[in-house]
Amino acid sequence: MHLTSRSFEPILQKDAAANHIRPSMTYRQDAWRRLKKNKLAMIGLYVILLILLIALAGPWLSSLSYSDQDLMATNQSPSAEHWFGTDNLGRDLFIRVLYGARISLSIGIVASILNLTIGVIYGGIAGFFGGRIDKIMMNIVDILYGIPVLLYVILLMVVLEPGLVNIFIALGIAYWLRMARIVRGQILSLKEQDYVLAARTLGASNWRILFHHLIPNSMGPIIITMTLAIPEAIFTEAFLSFIGLGVAAPMASWGVLASEGITSLRSYPFQLFFPAMAISITMLAFNFLGDGLRDALDPRVRR
Amino acid sequence: MLRYMLIRIFNSLLVLLAIITITFFLMHAIPGGPFTSEKNIPAAVLKNIEERYRLHDPLWKQYIDYLGNLIRFDLGPSFKYAGRTVNDLIRESFPVSLQLGMVSIALSILLGIPAGAIAALRQNKWQDYATMFFATLGVSVPSFVLATLLIYIFAIKLSLLPAAMWGGITYMILPALTLAGQPTAFIARLTRSSMLEVLAQDYIKTARAKGLSSALILYRHALKNALIPVITYIGPTAAGILTGSFIIENIFAIPGLGRHFVTSIYNRDYTVILGVTIFYSVLIIGLNLIVDLIYPLLNPRIKLNGKQGE
Amino acid sequence: MNSNPLLTVEELTVSFDSYAGEVKAVDSISFQVYPGEAIGIVGESGCGKSVTAHSIMQLIPTPPGRYAKGKILFGKDDLLQKSEAEMAKIRGNDISIIFQDAMTSLNPVLTIGMQIGESLQLHQHMNKQDAYARAVEMLRLVGIPSPEERIKEYPHQFSGGMRQRVMIAMALSCNPKLLIADEPTTALDVTIQAQILDLMKELQGKLNTAIILISHDLGAIASLCSRVIVMYAGKIAEAGTAIDIFHQPQHPYTWGLLQSLPRIDMMQKQKLSIIPGQPPDLLSPPTGCPFHPRCPHAMSICQEHYPETTVLTKEHMVHCWLQHPDAPKPKREETD
Repeated sequence: MHLTSRSFEPILQKDAAANHIRPSMTYRQDAWRRLKKNKLAMIGLYVILLILLIALAGPWLSSLSYSDQDLMATNQSPSAEHWFGTDNLGRDLFIRVLYGARISLSIGIVASILNLTIGVIYGGIAGFFGGRIDKIMMNIVDILYGIPVLLYVILLMVVLEPGLVNIFIALGIAYWLRMARIVRGQILSLKEQDYVLAARTLGASNWRILFHHLIPNSMGPIIITMTLAIPEAIFTEAFLSFIGLGVAAPMASWGVLASEGITSLRSYPFQLFFPAMAISITMLAFNFLGDGLRDALDPRVRR
Repeated sequence: MLRYMLIRIFNSLLVLLAIITITFFLMHAIPGGPFTSEKNIPAAVLKNIEERYRLHDPLWKQYIDYLGNLIRFDLGPSFKYAGRTVNDLIRESFPVSLQLGMVSIALSILLGIPAGAIAALRQNKWQDYATMFFATLGVSVPSFVLATLLIYIFAIKLSLLPAAMWGGITYMILPALTLAGQPTAFIARLTRSSMLEVLAQDYIKTARAKGLSSALILYRHALKNALIPVITYIGPTAAGILTGSFIIENIFAIPGLGRHFVTSIYNRDYTVILGVTIFYSVLIIGLNLIVDLIYPLLNPRIKLNGKQGE
Repeated sequence: MNSNPLLTVEELTVSFDSYAGEVKAVDSISFQVYPGEAIGIVGESGCGKSVTAHSIMQLIPTPPGRYAKGKILFGKDDLLQKSEAEMAKIRGNDISIIFQDAMTSLNPVLTIGMQIGESLQLHQHMNKQDAYARAVEMLRLVGIPSPEERIKEYPHQFSGGMRQRVMIAMALSCNPKLLIADEPTTALDVTIQAQILDLMKELQGKLNTAIILISHDLGAIASLCSRVIVMYAGKIAEAGTAIDIFHQPQHPYTWGLLQSLPRIDMMQKQKLSIIPGQPPDLLSPPTGCPFHPRCPHAMSICQEHYPETTVLTKEHMVHCWLQHPDAPKPKREETD
């Protein structure tokens, strides 16, 4: 150690105090950093984006339409001409899977947006006003929760007759309960926080507090629930298709394609294989992304 | 405690009434009505139904009558098959579904809980990654895909197990495995996350600080706490297995209630749809009720609700 | 103090591997604890005092934690060399710990009796009845009324202060030689804090258990401990007897801590002074003395080199460049 006469001169604190603070990260940056580190979640995200792109642009890639039949070329195995083969009416399965992506994804997205809207409004109101309103509203949710939902989706579909719009309606009104519960729980805990109190002191109206402070700060759990609601809706639609309550022919969701494929499993297993792969990969992608989001957005595991 | 139980039972009855009401009026909202159909129904059946349901009575009276019949566990005649009642159908086919369902629930609990616990204990090690990979795969692959895959491998390619129908134990293996697939994956994921949460609790640190062995900490301090949320999932599991059976019984040609239910949907056999829906609802609500009544036995914080400490 | 030390911590360094790199939470600290004495470790949040406590019990999860260097001698045995099974025999038996949050430190689904009894059954090989009887006795000792009744109850039926008493009963049930109390009163109301500290003092006298009290509260330390270690940024800033630290403090950080204590003789309008700034981020600690960015007396050398140990008396030592003969001798602003 080399000591000089200057060693013991006092220093100005300003020079020293500024440094050595860890670069701070906002909540969003931090969540995004952790999501990016999660390889499976990022793969899921990219796969979903790819599937969305294919669903949007895919059908223009070919001159054939999902309903074009070629009775001279039925049940053909995959080939250069028909990548996924053809079905029993000679329709190109690749094209049908591409169109199926549109239908299945739009079912997933529309249904979960419906859930979101109903759930956020219902849960938001219950959580925000609290007290008796909350008690009554949540009792209703609890009672509805006891009902086996899928049975009622089936029942609704029987009543409404199969069709795309009716599937939206049935799934939308059946699955909002979980979203309502989650939003309500979040709002209930958030509204006790100081910044809400501060906003109220500054004279913000109830609605402003609800939509500007409470709901944006509940976004984490809402996004997670939505990410997991989309595959659930796709799943349910596949299930409905299987029992004959899906979208009407000649339109075809992945569920319809798969259930058609099952009937000819022994002779033409590829007819099941491709739609089944499409469903499974999409599910997997959403589930990986949902899990990753949960880990990334959960502040309790923040390090 | 008694008050809690009574409230729960009362709520369940309320749910049941809500279900019956919704179901009844939904069926009556069908354009043309279920009972005044212009479809080809045998005249004898139509007459039978008209008598049975007093279709000329006002709707509220029909509803009261229906409730009255339900109290006597009478679900009415089939709409499609003359001479058969919904009760007959349930009596014949439900035992098959019940057997299959019980085996599947047992499988999913016996496989799911240990898998999830091991994954949590070996967090971020290969056991964890492997379990979670299969569990995510399990929740991502639709049951009919899994079913056909299993049939293709074990029945068609390897000829080890029968592909369909119902008979001895060998007939049960593939459908039970398929049916247990998703619930197992769910239970494994749930157990894992619940276990991880419990293991991070201070009282686990306390237990370690007392010098307990890892096995004792796991068994005595962690498992009971971690299984509480898993127990509550048994109700939904049963519901999932039940609805799963609609598809699985069809694929495997098993003469269970699920298959009849789907057939009745195809045939628009409204009385059967109505009756079976109510039957299933009673089943699931009953099960949820039982789970809810067991729950306080596991969780003392609920049992003595209202009598908090000083 | 003429007997052999019960616990000797030598050059202990504990690191954590975080996403951004290695964090030295505890950086070569050394101290001793003698049988039956109470020592206090004081410092702000994140100064490494809890990590020190947990290291002695080896409750640091590894990874991300790592015992990078040093020894923890209990008697003559190095605890860091012990296997998990050997450690398990010591935990709860020879060394016990109580944690900050008694609310969450008790298992909610097991009765109090069960939780106290299990270490007795484990370490003292008692049967269920004996363990139960001893648990009742322990509850009475820590001042829980009608212990025979309460022993069958669950943690949620106890208040915060009562739970901390239960924790103390649990920790002392096997007559440990050393009790580590990690912020035992922080989560409690002020009046309850005093009760718990009194209880610990009383039991220390009765049972002759050595205590390491970890706290950020100098008041709590003053009421219980005969020796005090002041930690800053994973290092020992100053150590000495309670009298040294409270009456002859030498480190500017200790001065700051003492000045931020409210005192009864304070002038009415006098403000409590604070130490400006925040403890450093241990991911990239300041060069030289870690306290220099906040130190009102910082000198050039403080930025460059960590101060050597200055031994003032047998008990009293300090790490500060102000002790250097060439350094200016600033006055503490307050007298006590």
